[in-house]
Amino acid sequence: MFVRHLTVGDFRSYPSAELPLEPGITTFVGLNGQGKTNLVEAIGYLASLSSHRVSSDAPLVRFGAGQAIIRGAVVRDGRESMVEIEINPGRANRARLNKSALTRTRDVLGQVRTVLFAPEDLALVKGDPSERRGFLDDLLVARQPRWAGARGDYDRILKQRNALLKSAAPVLRGRGKQRRPVEGSDTVSERESALHTLEVWNTQLAQVAAPLLYARLRLLRDLAPLLGKAYDEVSAGQSDARVAYRSSLREAMAARIADGEVPELDELHAELLETFAEVRAQEIERGVTLVGPHRDDVVLTLGELPAKGYASHGESWSFALGLKLAAYHLLRHDLGDDPVLILDDVFAELDAGRRERLAAMVADCEQVLITAAVEADVPPELRGRTYAVTLGEVTARE
Amino acid sequence: MYEGAVQDLIDELGRLPGVGPKSAQRIAFHLLQSDAVDVQRLTDALTQVKAKVRFCVICHNIAESEQCRICADPRRDLTSICVVEEPKDVVAIERTREFRGRYHVLGGAISPIDGIGPDDLTFRELMTRLASGEVTEIIIATDPNLEGEATASYLARFLKGMGIKITRLASGLPVGGDLEYADEVTLGRAFEGRRLLDA
Ligand SMILES: Nc1ncnc2c1ncn2[C@@H]1O[C@H](COP(=O)(O)OP(=O)(O)OP(=O)(O)O)[C@@H](O)[C@H]1O
Ligand SMILES: [Mg+2]
Ligand SMILES: [Zn+2]
Repeated sequence: MFVRHLTVGDFRSYPSAELPLEPGITTFVGLNGQGKTNLVEAIGYLASLSSHRVSSDAPLVRFGAGQAIIRGAVVRDGRESMVEIEINPGRANRARLNKSALTRTRDVLGQVRTVLFAPEDLALVKGDPSERRGFLDDLLVARQPRWAGARGDYDRILKQRNALLKSAAPVLRGRGKQRRPVEGSDTVSERESALHTLEVWNTQLAQVAAPLLYARLRLLRDLAPLLGKAYDEVSAGQSDARVAYRSSLREAMAARIADGEVPELDELHAELLETFAEVRAQEIERGVTLVGPHRDDVVLTLGELPAKGYASHGESWSFALGLKLAAYHLLRHDLGDDPVLILDDVFAELDAGRRERLAAMVADCEQVLITAAVEADVPPELRGRTYAVTLGEVTARE
Repeated sequence: MYEGAVQDLIDELGRLPGVGPKSAQRIAFHLLQSDAVDVQRLTDALTQVKAKVRFCVICHNIAESEQCRICADPRRDLTSICVVEEPKDVVAIERTREFRGRYHVLGGAISPIDGIGPDDLTFRELMTRLASGEVTEIIIATDPNLEGEATASYLARFLKGMGIKITRLASGLPVGGDLEYADEVTLGRAFEGRRLLDA
């Protein structure tokens, strides 16, 4: 697919902008702080309903304005559709597809698909586990938008369960008082009732956690060879980039998963429930849920060493890039359609060889949007159509 | 801040669900400018609702006497109870005319975030109702959202082994929704297609 036209209103530094685009490669050049990333961020938002730079929506709305609008005309298989998002910080955002309003904003997911690589992605290698989990889950949503709902449910159930663990801790530890007996039923102590409630949330959590974990493992299994290949291409075979899933389940299961096995869904479900039972005392002591997809990580290794803490800056950068390129190939393969590839400020950080090889890798993508502060950093064959961005003015250059 | 009485009114209105400070102010000034008779009617309605309306001793639905209209109706089937979260859900289900049994209103759903546990709901009162052995079927009609599901499965656990048939309204109800907003047809169909719930 490709974005044929982008319109923004009160988005970031732009009071308004109209940007016609074409398939193939387009490069935005301009000095720092002129608004290059703002443009591609808007396209990324259409695809994921979130920014790759900030977690809250407020900074996306032009300072002093009340709401931002992003509108994109996207063409897929020769058919054009119009996707529009209204960003209302503090209130619900709204989405329109071909001018008609959608009941739920998230129903717009899947209309625009992008893979965006930006300096922030260095955190995939150097940052917390949450960065890597987020990468997997975002990719799940990009593949199948229904995962957005499952993710939301998981977070909500987790909050409920954590709230219960905190509030019921004294009772669960067995210091609760005996409740007044109920006629016709056995006496139920407060502790038993709290345990029943905990069991209920265990069931609820496992019901959503098992499919989420299963989906992540299958995703990683599909992604691993693509990552190996992408890293190999960027680095010209310097070393092996590998990924392994680190699970919070019990040791035996965690070891199988780390080995790349994808257990059956039922087995994961049962294992989750058993692990909950095993760590119950600890969970009650600490007041948080210690097992589940929210505690997992993806371990990245380069050659024999972990990437985190060992890889050089350029290697880390290339690893993050490899993950994104692998995601691109996965989506391209599954959907039979190229996502829009966005490369924000990538070239400045790579050595000459890596730049050339990356250029060769992306040459056949349906649409590639590149930003660079220094034009000379972008290999000449990628410069394609060039736009100069100066103080929020975007002008085509011949 | 306004003078005493006006500010008191704004504060009281502001405590109502869904009424923010701005709306509270708007309503207060609206009342101030209204005719005394109109305000009196509102005052009466408020007083009456507290004086007359109470909760049914059997099902905890709102009632105007000791028992609600439904529990007092001898034609209702005593062997089946439909468990709902709120009185408004009773109204929604009654509209479908699918159900001839009686209700049990829990008074909410289990939600630790909001500090609501089983003890804050009418579970125990439900157990008391079941003690006589007359009831043979329980239909769980809590909201089709996470908290409603959790409440349903808590209930199912609790009732296990009592020899009562437990069913849950079939989906088809919009997930993540509120029962009261489901249209009659959808809700009616959900009733017909209810499924057995195993704890
Ligand atoms: N909500 C906002 N309202 C107004 N201006 C904003 C807002 N958010 C960001 N900006 C401005 O946008 C500019 C940043 O634009 P952008 O990130 O697109 O720069 P860039 O061209 O990509 O620069 P670099 O080469 O440094 O990456 C900054 O000057 C910033 O002050
Ligand atoms: Mg930038
Ligand atoms: Zn009643």
